[in-house]
Amino acid sequence: MKCTADIRLTDVIVTYRRVPAVHHVTGKFQAGTLTALAGPNGAGKSTLLKALMGLVPVSDGTIDRGGLSARAFAYLPQLPEIDRSFPLSVEQTVLFGAWPRTGALSKLSSAERSRAKDAIASVGLTGYAGAAIASLSIGQWHRVMFARLIMQDAAVILLDEPFAAVDERTTDDLMALVKVWHAEGRTVIAVLHDLNFIRRHFPETLLIAREVVAWGATAAALEASRLDQARTMTDRWARNSDQGSHGHQHNHDHSHPH
Amino acid sequence: MSFLYETLLAPFADFEFMRRALAACVALAVGAGPVGVFLVLRRMSLMGDAIGHAVLPGVAVGFMVSGLSLGAMTLGGVAAGLIVALLAGVTARATGMKEDASLAGFYLTSLAIGVLLVSARGSSIDLLNILFGSILAVDDQGLFLVAGVATVSTLTMSFIFRSLVVECFDPVFARSVGAGGAWVHAIFLALVVLNLVSAFQALGTLMAVGLMMLPALAARFWSEDISQIVFISTGFAIMSSVMGLLLSFHVEWASGPSIVLVASMFYGASIIFGSRSGLLARWMRRPHFHEPEDASR
Repeated sequence: MKCTADIRLTDVIVTYRRVPAVHHVTGKFQAGTLTALAGPNGAGKSTLLKALMGLVPVSDGTIDRGGLSARAFAYLPQLPEIDRSFPLSVEQTVLFGAWPRTGALSKLSSAERSRAKDAIASVGLTGYAGAAIASLSIGQWHRVMFARLIMQDAAVILLDEPFAAVDERTTDDLMALVKVWHAEGRTVIAVLHDLNFIRRHFPETLLIAREVVAWGATAAALEASRLDQARTMTDRWARNSDQGSHGHQHNHDHSHPH
Repeated sequence: MSFLYETLLAPFADFEFMRRALAACVALAVGAGPVGVFLVLRRMSLMGDAIGHAVLPGVAVGFMVSGLSLGAMTLGGVAAGLIVALLAGVTARATGMKEDASLAGFYLTSLAIGVLLVSARGSSIDLLNILFGSILAVDDQGLFLVAGVATVSTLTMSFIFRSLVVECFDPVFARSVGAGGAWVHAIFLALVVLNLVSAFQALGTLMAVGLMMLPALAARFWSEDISQIVFISTGFAIMSSVMGLLLSFHVEWASGPSIVLVASMFYGASIIFGSRSGLLARWMRRPHFHEPEDASR
């Protein structure tokens, strides 16, 4: 499903217990772009994805999804949040990706089943459709999650550290799928840590340290000076929140409670 | 042959109270079996126990208002159970407290109020009846109640099944596609309360927890497929009911604990012999797979 809508953020602030995790973020993810979301730990990358998904409330500012609902976005959270001992097969798990079309009640059509079969094949798990998810390796499990994303057929796909703890072969296979999505005109945003990997595969980068440090073409966004800046900004936030309050290093033209 | 008949069929053929007890137990098993499976999968195995205790003040108030009236006590029990479950859920969501902790707080309070009410007005015999029931005295009303709840429960479960699975398995995904959410959880908790209260005349709410949870725990040892687990669990619950009733008839044990103890035997046997993760299956490793295709068996 080709994405035709830009996602515009205007002065977005997300706070946890009044401490901002994402601070005054303004900019846009252009329709159909492939963007890496980079930054130090605690820089608000995951929080920003959750805000885009509408999973955490935005305390200030606006997110304009270009007429799309957050439900039309597909999202792959960091992995430990799922109970893998659950008694489901690979096929059943992948079929949940059809939810936007089937909902809670309607019968799973044979068309959906064959789509699931194709999705399972395209992540390289042919033959595993009936396998229990508890029996899979981490790499295979990542593949299942990607197959479910394929089933969702979403215009916008958000990935939170999709290649963490995955071997090179699996990473290559899954990155190839991401590139297919990009080629199909979907908007893809992925949280990633490996800067060389980002430089190799991602045309756009948003470097964030609660605030936007750089947003644009990857080579420029990941310059050494920008990375230093991101690191010092995060340290500063950490120090300030250790002291129980944080000083603003910039002037607000409006006020909001922290 | 006649020995088998005398042992297995005659009690039901000859005595109406045994037939009623059987019908009530099978209905309970059908209603509670699937609910128990989801309590296990949600890692809320002890929640049934908590709710079973929480209904006490409602039942006591029903008893105080209109004596040994099944309707009043049931209504009171359902109300008390729902209030406790609701308060626990709302508190957990509003404060970020873990739900089991918040439930513990409310059900203990509710239990104390219940014990206070019962001891203020009735004798300890009444309390025993409420907690442990007596299936051999189920009347028409009780039978209709149990059958009605089993029907409502089964129908509701079939409607929310997919939502409940996705909500239990991957709540973040469920939220991201707009599946499940608080209402699925609320309906499910209401079913837990209904199934436990409907059992109180027959088994008593506490013994009903046993019929709800033990077959579900046992079933988990036999399958890796959620639909199969639901059916296995219900099957264990029905078999426990039949065998427990016969045991109680022949040995003259109390019927509620007899039924639950048979369910315990299924649980114990499953721990050892369960084909998926029983001890024997773990010890006696089958030959391992060599081709990836094998893994799909």
